[in-house]
Amino acid sequence: MEQVNIMPNAYVPTAGDFEFLSRQDINVDRNFASQGYWKGVAIHFFRNRRAVVGLVIVVLITVLAILGPILSAYGYKEIISVTNDAGKQITAGSISPQLPGLFGSENINPLFADKTFLFGTDTVGRDLWTRTWFGARVSLIIAFVTIIIDMIIGMSYGLISGYYGGMTDNTMQRFVEIANSVPRLVIVSVLAIFLPKGMGLVIVALLLTEWIGMSKIARAEMLKLKEQEYVLASRTLGAGNFRIIFGQILPNTIGPIITQVMFSIPTAIFTEAFLSFVGVGIVLPQCSIGSLIEDGFNNITTLPYQILPPIIVLALLMLGFNFIGDGLREALAPKLEDM
Amino acid sequence: MTKYIFKRVILAVITLLIIVFVLFVLVRVMPGNPFPSERMSAEQIANKRIELGLDKPVLVQFWDYLTKLLHGDFGKGTSLYNGAPIKTVLSTCVSNSFRIGGLAILIGTAVGLLLGITAALNRGRFLDGFCTVFSIIGVCVPSYVFLIFLQYYFSYRIPFFPYFFDPGRFLFSAVLPSVSLSLFSMSTVARFTRNEMVEVMDSDYVRLAESKGIYGPRLVRRHVLRNALIPIVTVIAPLIVDLLTGALVVEKIYGINGIGKLMVDAISGEGVDYNYVLALGILYSSLYIGIMLVVDVLYGILDPRIRVSAKGDA
Repeated sequence: MEQVNIMPNAYVPTAGDFEFLSRQDINVDRNFASQGYWKGVAIHFFRNRRAVVGLVIVVLITVLAILGPILSAYGYKEIISVTNDAGKQITAGSISPQLPGLFGSENINPLFADKTFLFGTDTVGRDLWTRTWFGARVSLIIAFVTIIIDMIIGMSYGLISGYYGGMTDNTMQRFVEIANSVPRLVIVSVLAIFLPKGMGLVIVALLLTEWIGMSKIARAEMLKLKEQEYVLASRTLGAGNFRIIFGQILPNTIGPIITQVMFSIPTAIFTEAFLSFVGVGIVLPQCSIGSLIEDGFNNITTLPYQILPPIIVLALLMLGFNFIGDGLREALAPKLEDM
Repeated sequence: MTKYIFKRVILAVITLLIIVFVLFVLVRVMPGNPFPSERMSAEQIANKRIELGLDKPVLVQFWDYLTKLLHGDFGKGTSLYNGAPIKTVLSTCVSNSFRIGGLAILIGTAVGLLLGITAALNRGRFLDGFCTVFSIIGVCVPSYVFLIFLQYYFSYRIPFFPYFFDPGRFLFSAVLPSVSLSLFSMSTVARFTRNEMVEVMDSDYVRLAESKGIYGPRLVRRHVLRNALIPIVTVIAPLIVDLLTGALVVEKIYGINGIGKLMVDAISGEGVDYNYVLALGILYSSLYIGIMLVVDVLYGILDPRIRVSAKGDA
């Protein structure tokens, strides 16, 4: 019997239709099922180019802040001087930055020809390389110490306020509202009445202001988490309030809080720089980023190079911490499109 | 709505009163003696104390101070300006600071919005990248550093602008400080506007508007900007407050006779001038609380959802 072609123009598939057009079109499903929470966060964080750049910058500056003053031949408050032929002490004041064989070595006083000052020296003859990294160290220590203490205070405050709710929460939040309505500047100025100028003033000022942001975040997280089943389970098994707050819920709020820490550290560095610049912060011969900027500013018309190292370090630190904070925030709450 | 505003205003006034009280008590319980005891006899000091009302209970003193304050009388400085009435000193300073700060906010918001909108409309292209880099630099470098550089290049190397503030040529000499002050708010507003715009442009209702045939400037104006601008109101307020802090150093560097410089003088000199600290503290706190109040109310007007949830709270 003759076969009747009922569809004369029908498409006849060939073998080629069943092959992949090109291998790139294949979407491979990555399997995230078996990895832990923190591993996932780390993967997201390190895949973010900006966050990695931030991390590298911060680590580099921290290492230099630790090693810079140690490796340097001079102390941070040492006034460098040599004795000339006439037996007179000559201080190495106001030397321009120099790198042997590259720049700055031409018009140097022959007495200091055997010494190298990468960032130059300040007006009284202290090595700016040492001072810059020592200043960075002071600023970083102030920022880290205060922010960690603020984290502990703010976190406990927010968690307790959110957990108990009701009257406790109301009273505690009214207090936060009032504390939050006092400008930082006013706190600093009142502190300046009571405390001597110096590092202590900066630290107390930061301690009094930075915890508020942390407490707000901790409270919001607590409100989200306290109705969860594992809390109920824990309570049913007989866990006390203290244990539930700090043992069970706290570990689950740590992500957003660490992100807040990363954003608070640049604020702390900024505030320290600002206070030292105004003259109520670090006092000579100690130095910090802020006091170095002030020094540089005072001599800007005659020695404009002096202001550059502290400003660059400050800007890089701000940049680094902000990038890390952004990266962490995205890594902790990845959107679907980023997967 | 009226009830909401009323409640917010009452709360703000109470907060301010508490702050003024705490500041007052802190300044009054200060260790130290306001009179030079080596030059005055015990009797003279006692008379002076009665004259100044320092023998009365703190609460009575506070009430006296408050009534004077409401008449605009801040008392006299203890060491600054030879004890001139604070009110006269303050009025010049406030006008200088407010004009420069206002200019900075104006420049910052206008240019920031423009930059943000341009970046969002050119997403992924050169202008977008430029805006990102610009806003990162603006956020990472303090405003006074910008001023130091501007001053060095445009007043010292090229002597075009005055090196220090000159009240006689206000607009001309206000250029450098207000531009440097505006950079932080400019970059924050630009970054925020861009992100908000991008989010709104991806939303369903904008897609719907597009499918209805609305496009171009009309779409941006009527559907994108209106929704993107609401959250921007909340960023601008803290920026104004940040401006106050930034202005402190900027005023010191540029020699502007403003409240920031006054504050620096009051706290960083040899002796701290308590009365100025008190007066400026009250001024700064009321400014801060006032700005926050305006923003809350504005936000309530712009976004009805906030009002509803606030009502639910109460």
